[in-house]
Amino acid sequence: MSTNGASTSDNGAVPAKKESKKPKYSRFTQQELPACKPLLTPGWVIAIFMIVGVVFIPIGAVTLLASNGVVEIVQEYENQCTRNFTTREQKVSFIQDSTAIKTCNVQLKVPKDMNAPVYIYYQLDNFYQNHRRYVKSRNDQQLRGDAVNETSGCKPEATTADGQPIRPCGLIAWSLFNDTYAFSKGVSTNLTVNKKGISWKSDREDKFGAIKPSPNYPNNQETNTSLIGGGRLDPDTPLNEQEDLIVWMRTAALPTFRKLYGKIEEDLKVGESISVRIENNYNTYTFGGGKKLVLSTTSWLGGKNSFLGIAYLTVGILSMFLALVFFLVHFKNPRPLGDPSYLSWNRKAHLSANSAH
Amino acid sequence: MKRFVYITDDDLSPGVYCNNKISNTKYNLINFLPKNLWEQFSRFMNKYFLLIACLQLWPLITPVNPASTWGPLILIFAVSATKEAWDDYGRYQLDKLANERSIWVLKKGIKTRIQAQDIQVGDILWLRDKDEVPCDMVLLGTSEPGGICFVETSAIDGETDLKTRVVPPPCIGLTSDLLHKIKGVIECPTPDKDIRRFDANMRLFPPFTDNDFCSLTINNTLLQSCFLRNTEWACGVAVYTGNETKLGLSKGLPEPKLTAVDHMIDKLTGAIFVFQIVVVIILGVAGNAWRLSEGQKIWYVKYFVKSAPWFEFLVIPLRFELLCSIMIPISIKVSLDLVKSVYSKFIDWDLQMYDENTDTPAVAHNTAISEDLGQVEYILTDKTGTLTENIMAFKRCCINRICYGEATGDALTDPMLLRAVHDQIPEVIKFLKVMAICNTVVPAKSGGSLTYKAQSQDEEALVQAAAHLHMRLINRTASGLEVDFLGDMLHVEILDVLEFTSERKRMSVIVRELKTRKIKMVTKGADETILSIVHPEQQCRPVIEAVEHYSQMGLRTMCIAWRDLEEEEYNSWSLKFKEASSSVTDREWKVAEVCQLIETNLQLLGATAIEDKLQEGVPETIQTLRKAGINFWMLTGDKQSTAIQIALSCNFVLPEPEGQLLHVQGRTQQEVQMSLERVLRTLRMSSTEPKDIAFVIDGWALEIALNDHKDDFEELAMLSKTAICCRVTPTQKAQLVELVKKCDYRTLAIGDGGNDVRMIQEAHVGVGISGREGLQAARAADFSLGKFMFLKRLILIHGRYSYNRTAFLSQYSVYKSLLLCFIQIFFSFVSGVSGTSLFNSFSLMAYNVVYTSIPVMTIVHDKDLREETVLQNPQILYFCQAGRLINPSTFAGWFGRSLYHAAVVFLVTIHVYANEKCDLEEMSMVAFSGCIWLQACVVPLEMNMFTSIQVIGILGNLVLFYVVNFAVSMIKWGGMHTIMYRICHQPAYWLAILLIVVIGMGPVLALKYFRFVYRPNAINVLQHFERMAASASSTAAATESPLRSFDKGSVPFSMSSSKAELGSVYEPLLCESQSSSVKRGDAPWVELHYYEGF
Repeated sequence: MSTNGASTSDNGAVPAKKESKKPKYSRFTQQELPACKPLLTPGWVIAIFMIVGVVFIPIGAVTLLASNGVVEIVQEYENQCTRNFTTREQKVSFIQDSTAIKTCNVQLKVPKDMNAPVYIYYQLDNFYQNHRRYVKSRNDQQLRGDAVNETSGCKPEATTADGQPIRPCGLIAWSLFNDTYAFSKGVSTNLTVNKKGISWKSDREDKFGAIKPSPNYPNNQETNTSLIGGGRLDPDTPLNEQEDLIVWMRTAALPTFRKLYGKIEEDLKVGESISVRIENNYNTYTFGGGKKLVLSTTSWLGGKNSFLGIAYLTVGILSMFLALVFFLVHFKNPRPLGDPSYLSWNRKAHLSANSAH
Repeated sequence: MKRFVYITDDDLSPGVYCNNKISNTKYNLINFLPKNLWEQFSRFMNKYFLLIACLQLWPLITPVNPASTWGPLILIFAVSATKEAWDDYGRYQLDKLANERSIWVLKKGIKTRIQAQDIQVGDILWLRDKDEVPCDMVLLGTSEPGGICFVETSAIDGETDLKTRVVPPPCIGLTSDLLHKIKGVIECPTPDKDIRRFDANMRLFPPFTDNDFCSLTINNTLLQSCFLRNTEWACGVAVYTGNETKLGLSKGLPEPKLTAVDHMIDKLTGAIFVFQIVVVIILGVAGNAWRLSEGQKIWYVKYFVKSAPWFEFLVIPLRFELLCSIMIPISIKVSLDLVKSVYSKFIDWDLQMYDENTDTPAVAHNTAISEDLGQVEYILTDKTGTLTENIMAFKRCCINRICYGEATGDALTDPMLLRAVHDQIPEVIKFLKVMAICNTVVPAKSGGSLTYKAQSQDEEALVQAAAHLHMRLINRTASGLEVDFLGDMLHVEILDVLEFTSERKRMSVIVRELKTRKIKMVTKGADETILSIVHPEQQCRPVIEAVEHYSQMGLRTMCIAWRDLEEEEYNSWSLKFKEASSSVTDREWKVAEVCQLIETNLQLLGATAIEDKLQEGVPETIQTLRKAGINFWMLTGDKQSTAIQIALSCNFVLPEPEGQLLHVQGRTQQEVQMSLERVLRTLRMSSTEPKDIAFVIDGWALEIALNDHKDDFEELAMLSKTAICCRVTPTQKAQLVELVKKCDYRTLAIGDGGNDVRMIQEAHVGVGISGREGLQAARAADFSLGKFMFLKRLILIHGRYSYNRTAFLSQYSVYKSLLLCFIQIFFSFVSGVSGTSLFNSFSLMAYNVVYTSIPVMTIVHDKDLREETVLQNPQILYFCQAGRLINPSTFAGWFGRSLYHAAVVFLVTIHVYANEKCDLEEMSMVAFSGCIWLQACVVPLEMNMFTSIQVIGILGNLVLFYVVNFAVSMIKWGGMHTIMYRICHQPAYWLAILLIVVIGMGPVLALKYFRFVYRPNAINVLQHFERMAASASSTAAATESPLRSFDKGSVPFSMSSSKAELGSVYEPLLCESQSSSVKRGDAPWVELHYYEGF
């Protein structure tokens, strides 16, 4: 029975009573499929490493150039905008004080010409958007507008104290970043910040629906004053138009991340000074997180990131070096490949033959 | 203990014994689900996966969608449950067919047709020619005169020749009418599964016969599933029915065998499990510490100690347990089962293992143990029928001090013997008479010519030879024989047959010549058993010398003797014999005792010698396999000198001076002990000499050695690579296998006959030769072959490739799971040790089930070396035997590789996708693609050759990955919506992938190259050589075969294991087989390269 696949006879000409059990021939069944057997010969390996080097070094150079072509202004402000409070406790109570004036002005110098559009990012350090409790605390059905009162998975920001569903529910929406920036060039020329189209188009169209946030969002009644959550949402604007929220809800994978705040659709010239009026509302002080304001142009690779360029150059050089080493070793000390005397049993035969004498 | 069966007892309340409903099914409709699930969950791995799957149902801790575990789990379970159900349904159909067959049964004195399943114990059944016997029954009558009938028992023991069954004496001659009225009782043992014994008694009630008991043997029975042949009808009484028949009880699946690789995989899985627990504990503690310190500060997650439930501290470790559960790949079992069944199909399909003459292909009955073939270290082989053809030919004989056949080489053509027959020299006539009478051969007339049907090839050869010398056995009835000598009819009545057993090693027949009314006992048997019972005054010298001479020529010898019996002596003995043979307990032993009483003072007539030719290719096969480092033991029932002769002629042992034979002998404990010690001393002393030393032991000494000197014998077994054990019983064969197994060697037992079944079942790998002694061995075996010479291919090609492939596949499976798991662990360090999964559920599920399973499956076509190279350099098998390709050391390499690759993927991804690009979904897919691309490079790097199947598997898989992910990216409500489109449009994605592949593979390639060229192991050297030979033969016409063997001169197998030599051998750390190779005497000349992996 175990040969039923093989026992079908191809020997029909012989009028045998019993079918022959001879297995059928095919290259597959006899494991004789034509094959190529590449070996790691010196030529191949040296060539591979050479090619990697030859390809990688130019790529590295190009990417490094692209990265260096990006002009970037990074301004840290989490300490500048706390009115000279030094201890963390002071800072925390300052930021949690809803009556305190949190506006602060920061001057930026444009180091190089920045062609429009200039992207404005806010960067948070030590902020765990990827925390297990956080990243899952949302309800996509609700956000899409399919089930407005659905809040499953949103705990502990699912419902208000009296059981009303929060919309949008979940920790991510609740902790919306709410610092704001106003830019002006020189003394008083306002730079307009375009906040349209900063989120993914697919998110606006398919992930967020035209539902409106629940009134009095965010819900902060049940907790004490020290926990006030983040930004408020305009109760009259549907979610798919609240682009700050949409950007915020694309959770970041790392604790240091940048999120798009807006775009300046105007060239900035070298040496220009830009003053920024920052509303420093967001509490990063309890956990010692950093806040940075970033203005950056972009290249075909994205923002400024020299990692790829340096990595490609390093790998390229290393692989050239390895190719060279292999080449030298191979020519100084050529190994006769396939020498049977390398076989252990032959060597042993020699040994025993020698010892016998 | 006993059961009393009343023949046609209609009053018997049904239900005392079961009815004849056969059930081979494992399940029924109701118990299928629970029973099948229970069986599946009895495996540790399945329990583990179920636990993981259950934990995932708790939404608080599950990092991914539970479907990612439940999906594959249910799939795997469903597949194996469906397979079971299908098999069981097939069995049910067969049972139904058998149960609903209609049978003529005597009910209330009338013959009626009922279904086979309604047969009750005690019913009288009528069978016709070619009918299958529905249950075990005692024969009461047949159509044939003399109360015999013929059965074919191939369903039970695989033997296709016809066997004779006889009606018990009291019932002989009963007519069909009388049989309708017969009443009686049969006392028989409770059902057992011994198909060779049926120790029962029968007594018929008056008026049929006197109240005498009549003993029954297996020869009076018809067993279930036999077929009635050449007999018009037979009738009998059912004694065992349904699943209580001998066949029913001996059914049942044998214990599944686990291969060495399986054990290693289990061990490694266990190690991973421990590692996983350690990781979980560390991360759990770290996670809780983070939660209690940092976690309190990050207000946006609302992580408050006060409001947390009491089990909060358990949540994080459990989450990590789930995150790390993929370390043990759920797919490993499925992939291994799949490729293993492909290996076994390759064995079935192999044309080079197909025997044209007998139309026998090689068959792998056990599909799960192919790779154990590659790790065989000891082969224990039967001689007759395995090494030899088992075609017996009568060649020599020695009668009355004259040896015939010396001049011609064949006694049958020796004119001296022919003249002696013609002259009717009394000794010669007696000798021929014994040859014709003392047997159980059935003559069968077919179309005028006389053929003989015999259970033993030797007997057939003897009867044939006698017939050739005009002493023709022409008829056998239940009680008598007719022999024709030159027209002279000789009628003899058979009084008793003292059967051959492997303990007695002789058989006798007591006959009465009808002409002279004289009683004679004729005996034939092994020389030592006959010589010990010969009349002390008789000169045995010439016969002993002749036997010695014959066995040195490799012939099978047998002595022939006879004795006249007085009427009184016979009668008094006969009573004892009857008593012994009707005893229900210990019958065999008691009968042997009684037989000894009469088998004394025999008159020795002479000796016969039968030739059994070696099978073709046996010496070469043994030589090749011995070069591969496999030790051979020959276990034979034959006598010592014959065994040694065969051993010499098939390269089993080398003649002096290269070889040396040491004898372990003795009849008493002291003798055996002294002999053992002497042999051991010699062995220890000569262990440095390159000499091939074998020891020879006979069954008698073996019994003593195994019982009383086990330690010494074990040492002997380990020191000596070759052994010849003669005159051993089937039990001893199995004991020897067990002994070698206990010394931690992989054993392969090969045999062809029923006496080898136990050893075949006991060994790690059992191989059966589908030979002339029936198919019994082939059925019990894991692999069956047509000829011994195919063993070379089975081990060196199929075993070796299977081992290599399994080793790669299993370690790779762990590697790829670890890779993903390490990335998850790294990611948890940047996500607040909270147990966030970087990868989404769909990717996790598809990774194991699809993306990483398909390419690696194509390994079934991978070959590191060409078949010819392996066959010419069998030493290469050492790699498999020593477990070089899968052991903790190679595994550490794979472990390190997965750690390195995980670090590369993770670091490159988080650096390229930093800052404004660091969206979780995007980064997840970048890292995931990195893993897939690495796999697409690792698999080809580890493969040795590429057929179209491999290329399609590897490249197709990459294409599949993108197709599937593009498709998933189109789903609007999915988490991956548009992600794949976005990242594929980013140059950074492709640059990151390229970087991951080059950084990941560069060092691996460099290291592999370095080892390949500068520290080549034997496989690498041969690979180089293959390449050179290929290019040499393509450029110039090679004068000598390009693929010559590398073996420079014959390498005697040194048994040296001196410490100094060991030191010079490169032995890596982490090598588990180090100890085992020290244990192996041959360690020094095996250079150890544990380069695989990493």
